[in-house]
Amino acid sequence: MIGPAGTILRKDLLLEWRTKESVPAMTLFSITVYVLFHFGLDRNSLDGELAAGVLWVTLLLAAVIGVTRLFATEREQGGIDALLLAPVDRTALFVAKASALFLFLVAVELVAVPAFGLMLLGPSLGGALPELPLILLLGDLGIAAVGALVSALAAETRIRELIVPLLLLPMLVPLLICCAQATEPLLRPDQGPEDLGRWLGLLTLYDVVFVLVSVAVFDFLLED
Amino acid sequence: MHDPLLTVDDLHVVYDDAVHALNGVSIRVDAGSVVAVLGSNGAGKTTLLRVLAGLLRPHGGRVSVLGAELPRERWRLPGQVGYLGHEPLLYRDLSGRENLRYHARLHGVAEERVAALLGEVGMDPRADDPVRELSRGMVQRLAAARAVLHDPPLLLLDEPRANLDPAAAELLEPLIGRASGRTRVLVSHDVKGALAESDAVLRLRRGKPVGADEDLYR
Repeated sequence: MIGPAGTILRKDLLLEWRTKESVPAMTLFSITVYVLFHFGLDRNSLDGELAAGVLWVTLLLAAVIGVTRLFATEREQGGIDALLLAPVDRTALFVAKASALFLFLVAVELVAVPAFGLMLLGPSLGGALPELPLILLLGDLGIAAVGALVSALAAETRIRELIVPLLLLPMLVPLLICCAQATEPLLRPDQGPEDLGRWLGLLTLYDVVFVLVSVAVFDFLLED
Repeated sequence: MHDPLLTVDDLHVVYDDAVHALNGVSIRVDAGSVVAVLGSNGAGKTTLLRVLAGLLRPHGGRVSVLGAELPRERWRLPGQVGYLGHEPLLYRDLSGRENLRYHARLHGVAEERVAALLGEVGMDPRADDPVRELSRGMVQRLAAARAVLHDPPLLLLDEPRANLDPAAAELLEPLIGRASGRTRVLVSHDVKGALAESDAVLRLRRGKPVGADEDLYR
């Protein structure tokens, strides 16, 4: 499974490098939303709960763009048929797509989170280290697992731009709660982790459950 | 009598619970033989090929391809069939070489085969150009190379010579034509050409098999 998954992932990364359809759009969207919050909230800086909420809601909405595009090339250019004709376990396809989305999210956050720190955050982003990257990575893992599943499901429909947010965002609510709660103490003026173990534990549980559920049902999503 | 490579008995495919795309179709294809499928647009030819490739679930009847009963044993089919349909199944932003390498890795085929096939289909000079910059005929040549990359025992060909000039069609002959010696199911609008190269003919009209005396295009 690892060999074919690696082959599909390499192809997806190469296509993204050539077409730049997902990561630049997700990054620009995130920065635009931070600018809108900056003016919409009429505040020079945010901290605590509000900062954590703005950070995570923006990242989740940016993820919608990536999830919508994740299977688009396969559907539009016959990639799914080619994969069904090849002796490839469909789990390999899920692993490849989820890994691609995970890497896209990490790339977006490398730009969007520092931009958030510069534009909106009151306390220094440096004070949220090293815990914030860990929360981001665990959050990305959950988004990638659920996102690959939803993207495969929505790719079958003609209205995937509508189906993706309608399915994805409710499924990500528990993840949003865990990520925002884990992040909030790190973004207070008196920065420091609080209850971090509990929220990271719940986040890990969410990730494990959705990775397993996605692997279990992914096969059926690609049936005609 | 040889065991057939492919048998279809009383096949039914229904779209949206109403449209009978295929209605009582039966064929038998022996190893090494060629069956031509003829019919007008919308007759069900492409649907039949997609069922035989395992890409579409049959709704009734019995379908056995290379010993795999479909859809129950669909898992046995991948890697056994070469499928050349309307879509080339190539990524437009990758080059021909990158596309074939990708398919070769998925099928566990050595990369030397990619270079050899690019030469055989005459695409060496343009092998590193993105597929979106190639003409339809060139894309069709790459698609043919993709279909035979894993040396499948059965080829399912949907208008394989579409967009090809005579020289290109001749170039593909050893890969997908009579000279390939492969078992083939061939969908074509070129009635004369298909009759000339086939051992048996299935005529379809609106999803139903019809006799040789009936007009297919009525």
